[in-house]
Amino acid sequence: QQPDPAITELPDWSRYNGEGVDARPYGSPSEFESHVVRRNVEWLTADTVSSVNFTPLHELDGIITPNGLCFERHHSGIAEIDPGQHRLMINGLVETPLVFTMEDLMRFPRENRVYFLECAANSGMEWRGAQLNGCQYTHGMIHNVQYTGVPLRYILQEAGLKSSAAWILPEGADAAAMTRSIPLEKALDDCMVAFKMNGEALRPEQGYPVRLVVPGWEGNMWVKWLRRIEVGDKPWHHREETSKYTDLFPSGKARRFTWEMDAKSVITNPSPQAPIAHGPGRTIITGIAWSGRGTIPRVDVTLDGGKNWHQARMSGPSFNKSMHRFYYEFDWDGSPLLLQSRAHDSTGYVQPTKEALREIRGENSIYHNNGIQTWYVNEKGVVENVEVS
Amino acid sequence: ITGDSPRQAQAPFAAAFAAEQAEGEARKFGLGRPALPEELAAWDIDVRPDGEGLPEGSGTVAEGEEIYLQKCASCHGDFGEGIGRWPALSGGGGTLSSEDPVKTVGSYWPFLSTVYDYVHRAMPFGNAQSLSDDEVYALTAYILYLNFIVEDYDFELSKDNFTEITLPNEGQFFVDDREEVEFEEFKREPCMKNCKESVEITMRARVLDVTPEDEAARKEREAASEETQVAAAEGASEPDPALVEEGEKVFRQCKACHQVGEGAENRVGPHLNGVVGRDIAAVDGFRYSPAFQSKAEEGFTWTEETLAAYLKDPRGYIEGNRMAYPGLKDEDDLKAVIAYLKTFEE
Repeated sequence: QQPDPAITELPDWSRYNGEGVDARPYGSPSEFESHVVRRNVEWLTADTVSSVNFTPLHELDGIITPNGLCFERHHSGIAEIDPGQHRLMINGLVETPLVFTMEDLMRFPRENRVYFLECAANSGMEWRGAQLNGCQYTHGMIHNVQYTGVPLRYILQEAGLKSSAAWILPEGADAAAMTRSIPLEKALDDCMVAFKMNGEALRPEQGYPVRLVVPGWEGNMWVKWLRRIEVGDKPWHHREETSKYTDLFPSGKARRFTWEMDAKSVITNPSPQAPIAHGPGRTIITGIAWSGRGTIPRVDVTLDGGKNWHQARMSGPSFNKSMHRFYYEFDWDGSPLLLQSRAHDSTGYVQPTKEALREIRGENSIYHNNGIQTWYVNEKGVVENVEVS
Repeated sequence: ITGDSPRQAQAPFAAAFAAEQAEGEARKFGLGRPALPEELAAWDIDVRPDGEGLPEGSGTVAEGEEIYLQKCASCHGDFGEGIGRWPALSGGGGTLSSEDPVKTVGSYWPFLSTVYDYVHRAMPFGNAQSLSDDEVYALTAYILYLNFIVEDYDFELSKDNFTEITLPNEGQFFVDDREEVEFEEFKREPCMKNCKESVEITMRARVLDVTPEDEAARKEREAASEETQVAAAEGASEPDPALVEEGEKVFRQCKACHQVGEGAENRVGPHLNGVVGRDIAAVDGFRYSPAFQSKAEEGFTWTEETLAAYLKDPRGYIEGNRMAYPGLKDEDDLKAVIAYLKTFEE
């Protein structure tokens, strides 16, 4: 063995002074991390303005998604809003329709909560079978963020709900003027009007200056650039809850109001974009799990395509309707692996196989695919998205 | 970070958590101000299936066709068939239970009010809320006509007859029943040992090969090919050997900080191979000054001209840069050193 030049030769960074404190007033990741970015799948949509990109899950660890890597989904591009010009209106079945400035909103008592946001169409391209090689693409329409905001019920109480109130309609200030109907019960339970993510102001692509947080429910309902909430007695059946975000069954009938995100997990390493490079020996499997109905007390991992399962080690804080991190460490003998993970949530729900879902829902429902993901690892450590019997 | 519910919170924090929950309950804070009628009218544009929210107005199929051909057909097609990946608005009847369902206003949408509401709030794509109420009625009428839901070309849709129209697929939606249909099966304790006899791979993503390749790799490859082309084009003018030799002498002043040639590395300054023609602040691994970085954001490139201007007066030409060199005042020396630098390719 030759001496390692990384040790025996003095590198530039040990000899020359680096940049001073004024060089990076808002810091960026190391230039060696420049490949860690959100990515788009060009063939999915007609135009990037109404499209989606994906969180690089295989490059992340822990449970918090960095703000710059949270996947984006816009319907008419990013609204760039001056917070001084932004207003939130509450109208409809209230005693007094009200208008709030951002300064007004920040005078309500605020709370901090960690929640995942998953697009209902996450893994939607996989309904007909293994399609995209990488958990960034199969599972990357999710992020997990600590929000600071005002419980929505405080704001609704301020306007005074009429007794016939049963639904709300949040609306965005973007050029899509995004709207969704949400039952009042949910609005009064744990919805938030949030203005901070992971401690700093929301990013423009995540709804700056203010967005709705709808814990555990599909991401489309978390209206960004929130400018208005109407209170009503019936749902509105707008485009995003009729033409979209309804789940078509083989019978030709469609499920509507499928708001809650079922328990789900995915192994993020190894995965197709993150093969095993080190050869046989000590190997770490890690991944994420989440449920729109509670916490994740347990995740099982299999190395042989589901013949035998092992309980993974959960690590990090376990919050309600938040991402959880799991690890499974083992000695790899270099033989091919069929990796899967299976989440259990706090209600007793166990993540189903894709086949079990297809038996009930067919292959055309687009949304809510929470089936178990399989990664095939060959003897060289190369990983592929597959399905198994 | 606090837990999400008292149940989850650590015991000593439970009381504090409950206090947090109670802080804003059932009280008013005196925040915000009443919304004015004009403000409500400006923003309250939503429409419901029962007609609530529909404005006064009307429009005919014929009027709708004219607007449609001008403002909608470029994406949705002359007959609502959809162009490329843009949504189809018509057709698709009888396809919902097939392998390839086509979801359009006629085949899938349950309520006509959704068409009015959506067109009004979000269309045309890129010029939202630019249509008048009458124009939206007319377009909605035309979309009905494209779907054979109204067959009379003279049909006029208005606030008054709007709710008389039902769409064919309205009855084909059912409320989320996962709890009843799926939970029993999905809440069973699963098998952990010897759960299957054999496991076979039934489908592979690689067969489809639709995963986007690494964007960075693609850009690098494209940039490399562009550089080859640029280099080939520049090869047309041969350097003057005498001038290059002169430039080598001038470059001695620069050598303390900059390397050129084979194996050149970054030292106090970046290596200068290929500097003529390259973007400013483009050498990998060199920490450029903020002044250079902001020039890079402007798209500044080193040409013979910009390089000469910089070398003549480094601090004056790019304010705040870090090169500790007072400047090369002699025009001949400038020409020579640039000719010399041009002989070193990336």
